[in-house]
Amino acid sequence: MVGKTESQNGAVKATAAPAMNLESDLFSNFSFKSFKLKTKQQELLLRVSILGLVYILAFITRLFSVLRYESMIHEFDPYFNYRTTLFLTEKGFYEFWNWFDSESWYPLGRIIGGTLYPGLMVTAAFIYWTLRFLRFAVHIREVCVLTAPFFASNTTVVAYFFGKEIWDSGAGLVAAAFIAICPGYISRSVAGSYDNEGVAIFALLLTFYLFVKAVNTGSLAWALASAFGYFYMVSAWGGYVFIINLIPLYVLVLLITGRYSMRLYVAYNCMYVLGMLLAMQIRFVGFQHVQSGEHMAAMGVFFLMQVFYFLDWVKYMLSDTKLFQAFLRITVTSAIAVGALALGVGTASGYISPWTGRFYSLLDPTYAKDNIPIIASVSEHQPTAWSSFMFDFHILLFLFPAGLYFCFKKLSDATIFIVMYGLTSMYFAGVMVRLILVATPAVCLISAIAVSATIKNLTSLLRTKSKTAVAGSSKGTGGSKASSKASFDQSQPFQKNGAIALLLGAFYLLSKYATHCTWVTSEAYSSPSIVLAARGAHGNRVIFDDYREAYFWLRQNTPPDAKVMSWWDYGYQITAMGNRTVIVDNNTWNNTHIATVGRAMSSYEDEAYEIMRSLDVDYVLVVFGGVTGYSSDDINKFLWMVRIGGGVFPVIKEPDYLVNGDYRVDKGAAPKMLNCL
Amino acid sequence: MGVRRKMALRFDLIIFTILLFASPVLSDLILSKVDRRIDLTSQIVRITSTLKVENEGSEPVSEVLLAFPDLQVKDLALLKASPHEGKGKVKSLSASLPVENVKPNGMPAALTFYAVKLPKALGKGDSYTFDVLAVFAHALRPFPEKITQADIQLVVFQESAFYLTPYVVKVQSLSVKLPESRIESYTKLENTKIHGSEIKYGPYENLPSFSYSPIVVHFESNQPFAVGQEVVREIEISHWGNVQVTEHYKLVHGGAQNKGEFSRLDYQARPTIRGASAFKYLIAKMPPRVHSVYYRDEIGNISTSNLWGDSKKTELLIEPRYPLFGGWRTAFTIGYGLPLKDFLFELEGNRFLNITFGSPMNELVIDNLIVKVVLPEGSGDISVSAPFPVNQWEETKLSHLDLTGRPVVVLQKTNVVPEHNQFFQVYYKFSKLSMLREPFMLIFGFFSLFVAGIVYMHVDMSISKSSAAYLARLQWDEVQAAIQQVENVINRCLTTHDKLEASLRDLSRTGDVQACKAARKAADGLLKELSKELKLVLSFLQSSSAASQILPKVEELVAKEKDLQEKVMAKHSTVVDCYEKKTGIRDSENRVAAQQQKITALRQEVENLLELIDEI
Repeated sequence: MVGKTESQNGAVKATAAPAMNLESDLFSNFSFKSFKLKTKQQELLLRVSILGLVYILAFITRLFSVLRYESMIHEFDPYFNYRTTLFLTEKGFYEFWNWFDSESWYPLGRIIGGTLYPGLMVTAAFIYWTLRFLRFAVHIREVCVLTAPFFASNTTVVAYFFGKEIWDSGAGLVAAAFIAICPGYISRSVAGSYDNEGVAIFALLLTFYLFVKAVNTGSLAWALASAFGYFYMVSAWGGYVFIINLIPLYVLVLLITGRYSMRLYVAYNCMYVLGMLLAMQIRFVGFQHVQSGEHMAAMGVFFLMQVFYFLDWVKYMLSDTKLFQAFLRITVTSAIAVGALALGVGTASGYISPWTGRFYSLLDPTYAKDNIPIIASVSEHQPTAWSSFMFDFHILLFLFPAGLYFCFKKLSDATIFIVMYGLTSMYFAGVMVRLILVATPAVCLISAIAVSATIKNLTSLLRTKSKTAVAGSSKGTGGSKASSKASFDQSQPFQKNGAIALLLGAFYLLSKYATHCTWVTSEAYSSPSIVLAARGAHGNRVIFDDYREAYFWLRQNTPPDAKVMSWWDYGYQITAMGNRTVIVDNNTWNNTHIATVGRAMSSYEDEAYEIMRSLDVDYVLVVFGGVTGYSSDDINKFLWMVRIGGGVFPVIKEPDYLVNGDYRVDKGAAPKMLNCL
Repeated sequence: MGVRRKMALRFDLIIFTILLFASPVLSDLILSKVDRRIDLTSQIVRITSTLKVENEGSEPVSEVLLAFPDLQVKDLALLKASPHEGKGKVKSLSASLPVENVKPNGMPAALTFYAVKLPKALGKGDSYTFDVLAVFAHALRPFPEKITQADIQLVVFQESAFYLTPYVVKVQSLSVKLPESRIESYTKLENTKIHGSEIKYGPYENLPSFSYSPIVVHFESNQPFAVGQEVVREIEISHWGNVQVTEHYKLVHGGAQNKGEFSRLDYQARPTIRGASAFKYLIAKMPPRVHSVYYRDEIGNISTSNLWGDSKKTELLIEPRYPLFGGWRTAFTIGYGLPLKDFLFELEGNRFLNITFGSPMNELVIDNLIVKVVLPEGSGDISVSAPFPVNQWEETKLSHLDLTGRPVVVLQKTNVVPEHNQFFQVYYKFSKLSMLREPFMLIFGFFSLFVAGIVYMHVDMSISKSSAAYLARLQWDEVQAAIQQVENVINRCLTTHDKLEASLRDLSRTGDVQACKAARKAADGLLKELSKELKLVLSFLQSSSAASQILPKVEELVAKEKDLQEKVMAKHSTVVDCYEKKTGIRDSENRVAAQQQKITALRQEVENLLELIDEI
């Protein structure tokens, strides 16, 4: 019975894993037999070489974009990161830290040092300086382009160790291979997508791994390491909020399920206190750890831990249970009262800031749509469609529940963690498209557990069979274990064939996964989005490089102090490639300013001229894709300009631009639409 | 028109003053025939004059003076004189005559003089014919100065219809060649003919020295007015077989300024009408066997380029990101590799690089050209020979795997035209051994990396040697070693058993009881030794606290093995006994079969245990 359910599970789960892994698994098993004396070294060698191959695979699979196009920075935000990195390498760290950028958000300007996560830039600059020191005369652009693939490779190593920590080394290897080519992760880490997420996922996984390790060992050293990992994560990406909420949640769950231990106490306290202090060194984060509502959960759990520890101690000191019960009641009540009071006073006095809009929109997907159009206007912030789940995870989507089953079957501190990580991140991935990225490592790890466990079961089935078969043929049956063996033998033909079939099925699915990932990477995720490529009539490639043409024209042929107005999407690119001052850019910190631009764009020409004169604008950049059939031009984004503009200036009303509730751009469009800028 | 006339007037005045102060002719040379051809087909003005000098005086003369007004001299990019070799061969570079700037006494101040040294002094009545090529870089002025996208570009050129010279000219003629037959206006003098796109003046006879008659031509020219404001060429030599050339261009369209707006749609629909004055592409003529060509700028690769070539030359067509209208700028970089053996030669222990000076672009005027020759690290004794005067200094450059930096020779020249594209040489000394330095550095680097890895694996890095965890780890290592030993011993025991079995099989085949007994004896001895060893290790394991977890398993293993050993021995004895006593084989087989079963079972168990322990 058990065997049957298991094999069924296998059929469902044993979906995918790169062919390499499966083979290696089988191979290690075979070599295990033939070289009995040196098994350990053999296994180590195999493991290291597989890991090395996965490492290289993770790197080269992300180079599609360089081969297809060129070594260039992609999309929008990476251009800002590139520009700041350039500044950092040229001027040094202190200049960078104190940089007031007058080229963006004209006439307000932006304090760069205090409003960005410097982790990525510092990392790239550090790599650059190291290479320079080793006498490799590389260009900073190449370093920036290859930073994300490099960190993706490092992530595979971390995934291996994480998998090893929560399950076994086989699961670690499979996890490493999964994450190396998982499209959900590749989408943010191809060569050229020089964005915070590239290093942040590495930092995220590293922090989690180190924390789980700390919980498993109770060692201060690991907790310290995880605090540093957390520090790196805070310096790299705003997604650190996920860590600072997930870990307390996890600790809380452990407390509730009665898994509290000294190890947990050491790990959490060390990590929280040090991590918090370190995180305060990042100027953009500052004192948020003690002031913002999003970080209060961590603090609450921290105090709860102390209360727990104190109670433990009191319980140890008071041998009398009755007395302890009474004491418990008093302490818990007063602790909760004090906590609630502190929170209430803090919130009321404004010391503790309430949750931000993005945080709300995570918990309540409809919140942004109703209240903050600027968040809703970003396509990355839309709720995820089912198809994109399938696209990004492929078979991992089916392996995920199977992996959860295995985790629940063998419950430990570590598996509880990965289960919680997987479930919460899956929820967030459903709310926002871009958060699929956060869910990817968890999905990979859990699926890896499923694959590894299934394959291990199947292969061990095969192995025992072959052994008994040998024993049986050598001479006769019977003896003390005759009966058990006989039963084994009876089930053999069916089981053996079944196992082989399942293994082949798993192999097939895993290879499908590998091909799917490669296809997705090469077709969907390797486009820089600034250069467009299409197939010409004769199968030749046609490249539309109009963006860069425009930016380069701005750079060469406008006065150096010219101000350019455009919709905020293009802000970073204009400053980085055009080297000119912009009114608004992708760092959408000032909604009013953006709304002003939106208003200018959607007003009649004479009104727009007034607004632009007041903003001191010299040039206006408008993207029109009608000639080449490029769909994401400004006409397409126009409704958002209207909505965001209307959010601040009630003069602008969305219905003015619509005809019977439809958005039209042809002759039948609304008069206001036709006559606006 | 007004502007043009005014300019001409100004020019006139200058010449007039010149003439006022003109002193009589220096020597008795006369120019018996002057034939001038002005080529205006591109933005570069080339004036080729064929002069026939005759000495009418008595003293031999070896110098001929050429005069240019200062206004022209500032645009003068190149002046070259060469012996006349008949028509069509004017550009021959083979034997040019030396030309130098001179300041003869008593000459008008607004003129600049150059002296051409004749190959041999002219005696009385001798004559000599030679060509003078003068190339001007910015002599064409756009008029009107601002045009819209749809306008065509008109330019103005002015010269004198008569050859400006300190000598008397007997016969002279002038022809002006224009790019297109569309001429807005031109100065009409006597004897002026127009022939398609060519205007002819002359012949004029017997004009006194310094005679001057300004002419102005106003015509259409849509040729690319590509001006390189600054071009940096970097030529890097690698002795591993490559000459890498990197050229950084800062271009501007030097023609009429664009005014009004630029409509991409109009341009794309009718590029010849709605963008006639724009220049769309440049063609670079590169040496054959050029490889790894790239074309990019600060923000990335530029995809609009084409490369084709044959065995004699390679042509690269590059388009800027946008069509350049008047006054627009662009900047880009092209780079290519050349085979070393085509350009680097050895001469008496010296090496020298022989490569062209100018940019490979067609019809490009460069205001400021900087050529940097990067020699390999460790070169010395550097010297340069260039066919024309250049500014020169040295720098160093740090590149891949450099410790001290590579020596760089920098040559700088202003006002460069395609005629400057001549070979120049850089001589230097470089020892072959230095070539091996970089590979050795790499080898050493990787070697030290591995050494560091080995050292790290073998050195005990723990800080406190007395901490519990550290001791426990040490102990655990010892225990593992001991267990490994146990496994070894057991495995050897198992092989001994196999040997015994083999001897039994031999026995059944050959019936040689003695050999079998000998094998038994040897096995006995071996097993005894092994059991001694095992005892030693076991006692260690029993004493060690770290092994307490695994000890029961190990003990079980040892016990099982002992059991197995006894069984095998018993079986062996039985079989041998049977053979010795010649008892019924069937009887013995029955007994042996029973024993055999137990042995197989035991062996299986032992192997399972071994595996189990191994996995721990």
